[in-house]
Amino acid sequence: MDKVRKFIWFPTPYHSILLWVVWQILHDFNHGHMVLGAVFAIVIPWIAAPLSEKEPVAKKPLKVLTYVFRLLFDIVVSNYDVAKRVLQSNRSLKPAFIAVPLAINEPLPLTIFTSSVSLTPGTVSVELSEDRQWLYVHVLHLEDEQLLINLIKHRYETPLKEIFGC
Amino acid sequence: MSIFLEIVVSVLLILGSIVTLIGSIGLAKFPDYFTRLHAPTKASTVGVGCILIASMIFFSVELGHVNLKEALISIFLLITAPVAAHMLAKAGLHYKVNMEDNTQNQHLAKKAYLHQSPDDE
Repeated sequence: MDKVRKFIWFPTPYHSILLWVVWQILHDFNHGHMVLGAVFAIVIPWIAAPLSEKEPVAKKPLKVLTYVFRLLFDIVVSNYDVAKRVLQSNRSLKPAFIAVPLAINEPLPLTIFTSSVSLTPGTVSVELSEDRQWLYVHVLHLEDEQLLINLIKHRYETPLKEIFGC
Repeated sequence: MSIFLEIVVSVLLILGSIVTLIGSIGLAKFPDYFTRLHAPTKASTVGVGCILIASMIFFSVELGHVNLKEALISIFLLITAPVAAHMLAKAGLHYKVNMEDNTQNQHLAKKAYLHQSPDDE
């Protein structure tokens, strides 16, 4: 057993705010639910915070916004791409596995990175190597391997590295 | 409800349905397990997203106040869809499901199965 933690009123302030806002959206900003939501937002982190590890906080909030909009745009583009492949014949398909070298290895940025890869240009992240240096990705239609790796790294990994400063 | 908003809602609904339909067709016609994963993960995000935006506009106008519940649904969907796709891909890899013969770099699938890096012997 490690030693008893010091009591903190707001162990995870961002989560508290998020919890409160989500609760309000679910209950249409009702006055009674504002109080109830506040109680939950304070009490739940007391219980939940010791269970989770410390995660890096986004250091550049503005970049997060540009990242989100870029991701949404890419999702729409990749949808169009995949839809085109669906309507074409299967024979023109060139599926492949590729290995993307990773420059980030903290859990939260890595999760966001692999999720972004799964959501965009005909790629699904399949597996990580044990040392977290490589991400294996399945590609629906591969034309130029190196080009795709550079694109993924440049579009998602570099901004994530800047956002989390790791 | 104005005719303009009705048109916007209808177009979003139809667009969402078409994208979802294409995703389902992709699920049925692609040749192997891994390629089949691609269609639904992407189609579900945009297809369901369009339908949810339409629903958000419709109910915001009908009820007379801003309704953000659908925005929450789409955010949760955006967070969970790639995780589900990743777990499915991983499961497929570890069950060694059959791959299409023209899949390039099949040796990488073996490395991924063993959690090794690609240059390991």
